[in-house]
Amino acid sequence: MLRLPAFQLHTPETVDQALHLAATMEGARFIAGGTDLLPNLKHEMIEAAHVISLAGIDELKGICVADDGGLVIGPMTPLSTVSSNADVARIAPALSQAAGLVAGPQHRNQGTLGGNVMLDTRCQWINQSYFWREALGFCLKKDGALCHVIEGGKRCVAAVSNDTIAPLFTLDAQLSFAFAMKGPGADSAGGSTAQRKDLPVEDLFKADGAYNKKVGLHELLTAIRIPATPANHRGTYQKLRLRNSIDFPQLGVAARLDFDDAGVVTFADLVLIALAARPSRVKQASELLVGQKPGTDAWQTAMDELLMRASRSCRPLPNIPGDTDWRERMVPVYIKRAFAALTK
Amino acid sequence: MAARDQHGSGAPFPEVDTGRAANASSAAGFRSVGQSLRKVEGLDKAVGVAIYADDIVLPGMLHAKTLRSPHCHARIRSIDASAALALPGVIAVITGADLPTKYGVIPWTQDEQALAVDKVRFIGDEVAAVAAVDEDAANAALKLIKVDYEVLEAWLDPAESLANQLTDTRPAIHEGHKHGNISKHVDLEFGDVDGAFERADVVLENDYVFHSSTHAAIEPHCVVARESADGLLTLWSSTQITHYVQREVSRVLGIPQSRLRVIQPNLGGAFGGKSDPFSLEFVACKLAQVTGRPVKMLWTREEVFYAHRGRHAMNMRYKSAITKDGKILGVDAKILIDGGSYSSFGLVTTYYSGQLLTGPYAFPSYRFDSTRVFTNKPPCGPKRGHGSVQPRFAFEVQLDELAEAIGMDPIELRRKNDVGQHTTLVNGQRITSNGFLQCLDAVETKSAWRERRGKLPQGHGLGVAGSMYISGTNYPIYPNDMPQAGIQLKIDRSGLVTAFTGGNDIGQGSSSVVRTIVCEELGVDPLDVRVIAADTDLCPVDLGAYSSRVTFMVGNATIDACRKVRNQIVKAVAQKWAIDPQRVFLGRGEVFDADDRTRIITTTEAFQIAEATCDTLGATGAYNTPTLGGDYRGGSIGASPAYSFTAHVVEVHVDEETGILTVPNVWVAHDCGRALNPMLVAGQMEGSAYMGIVEALFEDHKVNRFGLHAGPSLLDYPLATAVDCPELHALIVESIDPEGPYGAKEAGEGPLHPALPALSNAIFDAVGIRLRELPFTPGKVLRALDAKREAEAKQGAPSC
Repeated sequence: MLRLPAFQLHTPETVDQALHLAATMEGARFIAGGTDLLPNLKHEMIEAAHVISLAGIDELKGICVADDGGLVIGPMTPLSTVSSNADVARIAPALSQAAGLVAGPQHRNQGTLGGNVMLDTRCQWINQSYFWREALGFCLKKDGALCHVIEGGKRCVAAVSNDTIAPLFTLDAQLSFAFAMKGPGADSAGGSTAQRKDLPVEDLFKADGAYNKKVGLHELLTAIRIPATPANHRGTYQKLRLRNSIDFPQLGVAARLDFDDAGVVTFADLVLIALAARPSRVKQASELLVGQKPGTDAWQTAMDELLMRASRSCRPLPNIPGDTDWRERMVPVYIKRAFAALTK
Repeated sequence: MAARDQHGSGAPFPEVDTGRAANASSAAGFRSVGQSLRKVEGLDKAVGVAIYADDIVLPGMLHAKTLRSPHCHARIRSIDASAALALPGVIAVITGADLPTKYGVIPWTQDEQALAVDKVRFIGDEVAAVAAVDEDAANAALKLIKVDYEVLEAWLDPAESLANQLTDTRPAIHEGHKHGNISKHVDLEFGDVDGAFERADVVLENDYVFHSSTHAAIEPHCVVARESADGLLTLWSSTQITHYVQREVSRVLGIPQSRLRVIQPNLGGAFGGKSDPFSLEFVACKLAQVTGRPVKMLWTREEVFYAHRGRHAMNMRYKSAITKDGKILGVDAKILIDGGSYSSFGLVTTYYSGQLLTGPYAFPSYRFDSTRVFTNKPPCGPKRGHGSVQPRFAFEVQLDELAEAIGMDPIELRRKNDVGQHTTLVNGQRITSNGFLQCLDAVETKSAWRERRGKLPQGHGLGVAGSMYISGTNYPIYPNDMPQAGIQLKIDRSGLVTAFTGGNDIGQGSSSVVRTIVCEELGVDPLDVRVIAADTDLCPVDLGAYSSRVTFMVGNATIDACRKVRNQIVKAVAQKWAIDPQRVFLGRGEVFDADDRTRIITTTEAFQIAEATCDTLGATGAYNTPTLGGDYRGGSIGASPAYSFTAHVVEVHVDEETGILTVPNVWVAHDCGRALNPMLVAGQMEGSAYMGIVEALFEDHKVNRFGLHAGPSLLDYPLATAVDCPELHALIVESIDPEGPYGAKEAGEGPLHPALPALSNAIFDAVGIRLRELPFTPGKVLRALDAKREAEAKQGAPSC
């Protein structure tokens, strides 16, 4: 078995304690369910002298419906809880579906929604052992300057692979982060000096697979907020993978349609993952589909146009293992299937 | 030595209890044979208390790790381990210089070294080993060993190895090997092949490609070695060949075989992946000697992928001649085998690639030309269905194409060419029992073939394929006149029977087979039989768990031993009762007078009578194959005392938009001679069919353009989970072989073969495309569908 490198484990019981540790311990990492972090540590893709467990922080757990009818989900809520929660299924059906499609049942019991939101990018050339990566030649993501996906590439294109992110985009989720001041200014007593910031989920990501988040490693996700959805809201997540029982996405498609009482689309969104380092929102979905009614000729024309444009803009890279040409071909098929699931 | 007649007439006691013969639950009057008894180690494994190699922890035990080559082809200029040795906790470092003797499972092609000497041949080849107080210290030490390599150009394409254009910067992988990169070439012809092609109504020729796949047993290889104070070595190893490991390790270490004890603990699967002697066995023993402390080495999953010995990739060209009424006239095959970096079983693989195709269909003429080449990749070897799954795939797809060409039902075509029983094949192999036709009938009926094949909705299809496989081979790896299987029994006054067998139970149930036979012969309860297996200090020699030989050979040896001791017991009891021994019957837990059933004692009492009369009770038994095979070089390779037969029907659904294949059902009919334990037989049949289907759908032991294994983990090398597994229907066919134990033949490997071609043939039935190249990835399916539509568009035919 691969050995887990030694680190010091910290077990705070409050967010403030966790933030203080993150601010004062050099090279610290938060650990939620650990289904992503631990293999990455074993592969020496991530080095961490300190690991801060979030398992004992009760304030990070649970799902509740806010006064405005939206959802507030604690990041330490297990994915299996998210996928089986009735409120999530009602208000955010695409998230419910996606949470139930992450990896296998054991992973979903152990893994958390926050962990999936903060999941590292993946690439066939990086998610391997240290020996393997050394034999290959270290790459941009860790320890090297090469890119094995794009020859001469200067920016890492490891793929965003978190299933739940695509539906969270379509749901306009807001993420709350907290952090403590770093360095000498930090409160040595671990008191409440936490700074908070909220950002739309779309603003979390940047196009750099080496680290595709705009928040620092010392910043802790404290809540995932999903605004209320209208009564005629529909959402879906379609996942392409080799085995329907366990794998990471080879392509993930989240689609959303809200309707008025006459069945006309009032809101449309389409987001794809597992193409490049950050999720891809297909803006034309809104432009083409809002104001249309499924089942009409105009709808079909708009859908054809959308598929064509999305195929042009959503090109998978040979970053994920498997057949890239096939993944590319599956883009329109899975978009079509996603909207078919919403309009049947 | 000729085969012994272990169960012919002349036994001085009744064979079966005639009073029970009418009872449906005990077939043919057997007591234990035919019962689905739980495996000997079944409950221990299920509740998690079975002891595997990695569970063994000894006082003072060190942990060893291996430094591996990051280059696929390089010379080693120097190794400097001084910094590693200086690391606290590191006890010893060894390199190739410490274990220079070459070894290999086949005595004629020994080209492996425990740690590389002068040269490395693939990424992952073993270079040095460290023993330290714990795994972390050993791993840290590996990073401090400096190896100076002279990197050479690699051989990754088998076609280039075949062309064999050696240069100074790209020398042969095994420099000094007399045929350069050619590992083995076999060219055999039987009958008039060219004439057959001239006479034929239809001749069909196509290329077929089989990718490489690996065993992926759940337990990674693990060993513990210990040297006693007086220099005796003990090696616990997750091996399926304790005997060959004892031979090779003692030879390389330069100690007598008698001073090395090899023990196989419980094994978490093997499938042929643990049937070579491996680097870690030599290294752990050497480190135990050097340090004077017990040493454990457990490989990571990645290391298991490098050790490989899995299925050879083969490029195969098949040409077949047939008459318009469906009689095969001749078959001509040319095969290029990618062997990877070492010989392993490659000599046998090369023969098997041709020699095992000559049934279940009669070939009036047959020619094959197989060449195995070396490449700078993890070494290939025997995986379940060694050497014959690949040609079987090619030929069974070609048979389907032939059936289509002459407008005949594919099952009918197979029936028409059935070779029959008690016959000799074109290459001189002897066929005894043969239940192939019953297998075809079973899958035809159960799959509702006649009602459904060719008539299912678009995208749904059925496909058939057949096969034949060996029940062990008469080729004992190293030629000798000693028994291929031996067994020893100890019986005493407590009522306990202990059977000592060299047979390796790798999860296939060989120890359970031994127990069933002991129960059957001596009339004891299963819990009163202990099976001690695969411990070279305690057990008679058996050659190991490979070639599906154990049930057949160890089973016969067990019957042999049991009958000797049963004879003693029956005589002793008959003497005491003053009756004819013919009347003494050993029932289950009781011994009685068949003519007067009121005269009855417990089996334990009978053992006591026998022990009092005959002294300490015990017996040995042995088995050796009869002389078999064709009278030509290599004619004995693939010659088996009995062959099993299989037919599959696979049902598939093709999603024509995504190319994704779903396999809802596989019907597996297998002629195992007699099912000694129907539950174990069905388990082997289902496991085989699963393995075949998954090789076709998901698995790919791929080496990338850098010579690096494309994904040496169980994430990147996907095995189907229960969710992705087809519904498997095991249909047991019993042909009662005249030489098998109670008529039994193999069931562990044969039932894999037809899965892959039957799937390809089902895809043809579903959507009209011929997939001749494995694996059947969705992308390939879509490209084949594109090609079909294009071809139809050109011809103006309606597209599907």
